[in-house]
Amino acid sequence: MTLSPGFRGRHRSQAAGLPPGQYLTTDFPVLSAGPTPRISRERWEFTIRTEHQVEHRWSWSQLQQLPVQTPTVDLHCVTKWSKLATSWRGVSLDDLFAGVDTAAEFAMVHSFGGYTTNLPVADLLDGKAWIVHTYEGADLHPEHGGPARLLVPHLYLWKSAKWVRGIELMVQNRPGFWEGVGYHDYGDPWREQRYQGD
Amino acid sequence: MALDGNTLAGPLSELFAVDVTAAVSRCAGCGQQDAVADLLVYGPDPGWVARCPGCDSVVLRIVRGPSAVWLDLHGSAALRIPL
Ligand SMILES: [Zn+2]
Repeated sequence: MTLSPGFRGRHRSQAAGLPPGQYLTTDFPVLSAGPTPRISRERWEFTIRTEHQVEHRWSWSQLQQLPVQTPTVDLHCVTKWSKLATSWRGVSLDDLFAGVDTAAEFAMVHSFGGYTTNLPVADLLDGKAWIVHTYEGADLHPEHGGPARLLVPHLYLWKSAKWVRGIELMVQNRPGFWEGVGYHDYGDPWREQRYQGD
Repeated sequence: MALDGNTLAGPLSELFAVDVTAAVSRCAGCGQQDAVADLLVYGPDPGWVARCPGCDSVVLRIVRGPSAVWLDLHGSAALRIPL
């Protein structure tokens, strides 16, 4: 597809509804804070651990038995690029939380490779978040978080942890990898919550 | 792809009067000692992350915001800075 100058200009001027300070990109930049973990589907597993230390565990094949959802969402990176209408395939966090008994308000998301990010449990539920394994019809590439990543598109993309391996439910909030060094605790792109104090 | 620790000369010179890339850090994860220049560096965005070449643990992180710099050294058990 060829984009007319008018089409691109409209996005650049934010008329297309980008959050404040963001610009449109059509590629998919890779930001990394460490080596890319290579996790086979056989080794992959996903765990939700409650505040009572109860563990719920899914293997790759158990994940595939849950209802499939196909969200098409906009991505907003704190480094100011946005990418519109990306299509994914995965499992809703609502289905993963269906049998989880918790009153915890906060979640720490853990990744293979040691990355962490924190967010309120409410932001994982009600159709707002997924564990995704397919991007634009193909297996999610390790550079973008494959075999599976979290997708929480209403928050800045650092919250959508690549190589996700589990969620720890917490009664008290605690900062994750970037939240502990200056990035905003919540990260709402529409309120431009990039850094602490924004 | 990791860069080498010399990449940090710029961002660190904003904070320190001495060249910290010449300093020797001791990894809090495995105890290995390396010149900061020899750490494996990822960045610049969302921030600089320097990792131990021995065990991949995070040794230091630098985030540059519009009005502040955050420097995290909790992965560094000690930093020997030559004078
Ligand atoms: Zn080490």
